[in-house]
Amino acid sequence: MKIMTHDKIEELTKKEYKYGFHTNIESDSLGKGLTEETIRLISGKKNEPEFLLEWRLRAFEHWKTLSEPTWQYVKFNAVDYQDIVYYSAPKSQKDGPKSLNEVDPELRKMFDKLGISLHEQQRLTGVAVDAVVDSVSVATTFKEKLAEVGVIFCSFSEAVKRHPELVKKYLGTVVPYTDNFFAALNSAVFSDGSFVFIPKGVRCPMELSTYFRINAAETGQFERTLIVAEEDSYVSYLEGCTAPMRDENQLHAAVVELVAMDRAEIKYSTVQNWYPGDENGKGGIYNFVTKRGKCKGVASKISWTQVETGSAVTWKYPSVILQGDNSVGEFYSVALTNNCQQADTGTKMIHLGKNTRSTILSKGISAGRGQNAYRGLVKIQKNAAGARNYTQCDSLLLGDRCGAHTFPYIEAKNKTAQVEHEATTSKISDAQIFYCKQRGISEEDAVSMIVNGFCKDVFQKLPMEFAVEAQALLGVSLEGAVG
Amino acid sequence: MEKAEMGKTLLEIRNLRVSVDGKQILKGLSLSVRPGQVHAIMGPNGSGKSTLAHVLSGREGYDVTGGEISYCGKDLLALKAEDRAREGIFLAFQYPVEIPGVNNMYFLRTAVNAVRSHRGEAELDAMDFLSFAKAKMEKLGMNKNLTSRSVNEGFSGGEKKRNEVFQMSVLEPKLAILDETDSGLDIDALKTVAEGVNALRAPDRAFLVITHYQRLLDYIVPDVVHVLAGGQIVKSGDKNLALELEERGYEWVDRGETEAGKGRVQG
Repeated sequence: MKIMTHDKIEELTKKEYKYGFHTNIESDSLGKGLTEETIRLISGKKNEPEFLLEWRLRAFEHWKTLSEPTWQYVKFNAVDYQDIVYYSAPKSQKDGPKSLNEVDPELRKMFDKLGISLHEQQRLTGVAVDAVVDSVSVATTFKEKLAEVGVIFCSFSEAVKRHPELVKKYLGTVVPYTDNFFAALNSAVFSDGSFVFIPKGVRCPMELSTYFRINAAETGQFERTLIVAEEDSYVSYLEGCTAPMRDENQLHAAVVELVAMDRAEIKYSTVQNWYPGDENGKGGIYNFVTKRGKCKGVASKISWTQVETGSAVTWKYPSVILQGDNSVGEFYSVALTNNCQQADTGTKMIHLGKNTRSTILSKGISAGRGQNAYRGLVKIQKNAAGARNYTQCDSLLLGDRCGAHTFPYIEAKNKTAQVEHEATTSKISDAQIFYCKQRGISEEDAVSMIVNGFCKDVFQKLPMEFAVEAQALLGVSLEGAVG
Repeated sequence: MEKAEMGKTLLEIRNLRVSVDGKQILKGLSLSVRPGQVHAIMGPNGSGKSTLAHVLSGREGYDVTGGEISYCGKDLLALKAEDRAREGIFLAFQYPVEIPGVNNMYFLRTAVNAVRSHRGEAELDAMDFLSFAKAKMEKLGMNKNLTSRSVNEGFSGGEKKRNEVFQMSVLEPKLAILDETDSGLDIDALKTVAEGVNALRAPDRAFLVITHYQRLLDYIVPDVVHVLAGGQIVKSGDKNLALELEERGYEWVDRGETEAGKGRVQG
């Protein structure tokens, strides 16, 4: 099979980042730099209880003993952690909006532009949204309706104020601050994020969604999300994210923790579209994120679905600890790197309980000079009798200057375990493109169609409306990748 | 192209010379096709039959070193592959390509709508298209499961060829090129495919049937038969030429190449 020529790929991989605008909102920011004082200020601004401040300070002390990880297959300019603003909040939101009507009109405009209406009554989709700008949550919709069934969906700060016992009980139980460099940093300086609690036996009546937006310059975003699903409950949660186009790199170091009790199910979907930098690799977000779920209860289930098309550099491994017997972990991923983007992403499935099962389906697409690495660990511990894993890892290359890399690690300590790993690497062939063109389909549409077909199995795992969004996003991200 | 009689000609190939990787494949091929006609192009392996199909449909990798092709009065060689398709040229592939994960009907609807918007017509939505396509499927006796499968993925050889004919029926081309559609088909599949093609014969549609064997022409009866050898059409005649060829073998025309080449029959 012949491979597409250089100029075709060149043309194909040029695109515009549609979300690159910047909104003029006055913000209340701390100066640059990170000291114990910074952490006390953040905690003070949020009137946090003592336990949280202490936890942050312990995390900070620990962070100082760590250095950035170096094992990942990405290259990037060193981050100067003293040259970052660690707290920035839209100013008029100082006391937090009492209702959606109080949300700054500029902010509302920004979300309208992004296609996210915060006006509950106008929403037909029945998705509750929490909107986080820079470091703080600015609005959460459908709160009352959710409260009727006992579901708590609010910003992390609000959870700290209203449900400190829940925060204290679960914070850091899945991703301790000692976990890694970025998790420690996040634990010290996180300013907001989303909190979800689904009580026993409740099936959350709507999709929950958090929308993250970095707006301010020279600011890092460090949000923290915690989702707890009690026995026999179910929740589907989606996060999306965008950022303005800026020449400097911005750091995004988030932590997500999920806890599923007996027979509970958490479905977590991400459509990540942070600014990827320009075609020469200038600017873009460093997306260094720790996401992990714990299937704590028997027969519980955690499912990660991610569509990663943004960020200059991605370092991210949404994982599942399968502790409860018969629990299930899933990871479905599409990662696209175009131009100079680099991604080192994958998952860890840690089998502790008996008859635990995990499925990994990873689709990596590389175009331009993009570098895409899948890194996955399947670990079967001694007591995990009857554990099973199935991994499928497919890479698709567009052009001959990009790269696809696979780093699978398998550790099985129980003889009854069954672990399967399948991997393929393919290129879009001239024959496929010609076949489409001979039917009247343009080259650009052909590539988009073929790539979407390649990702179909993952898109099917997304909630309906987001699957459509993800497909469109993939099309945009490949725009210019064919002529 | 300025000739008055061109109005009646759908495709006019004059003295076409094509090389691939520096090797001359077509060495001055001429052919004239009118709407409603079925032309068969026969010839031994390596004579340039598939090259002709690919050059007509605009596949890259072929250097046209001489000659011209006029299609509906337009300079065909100046059009991009997708525009040729939108102008009504359809190639039924010898080896239809698999496109995993892309639904067959979605693919075909995208194609139909590309053609429609090229003509300035409104695009068909999913429901309209489905009823339009289903009517065509019934007419061709196609398996209903075709609607839920990916383009050619996991199709048997026969299914792939039938899918090509189905696509042809939906796209309603002016010029359909069948590139060795009979290869790899058993006799039953061959009959079905041929019936599909015959059902599509129409006064405003022409067919170029490329085949190695006479067998297919028992079912798709051509108006004109050409023998392609050594990059040129060396002999043309009616359907009986195919039978004669079957009997005497290609060596017969190979030997008479030079003489026969002069006696071309206009279709």
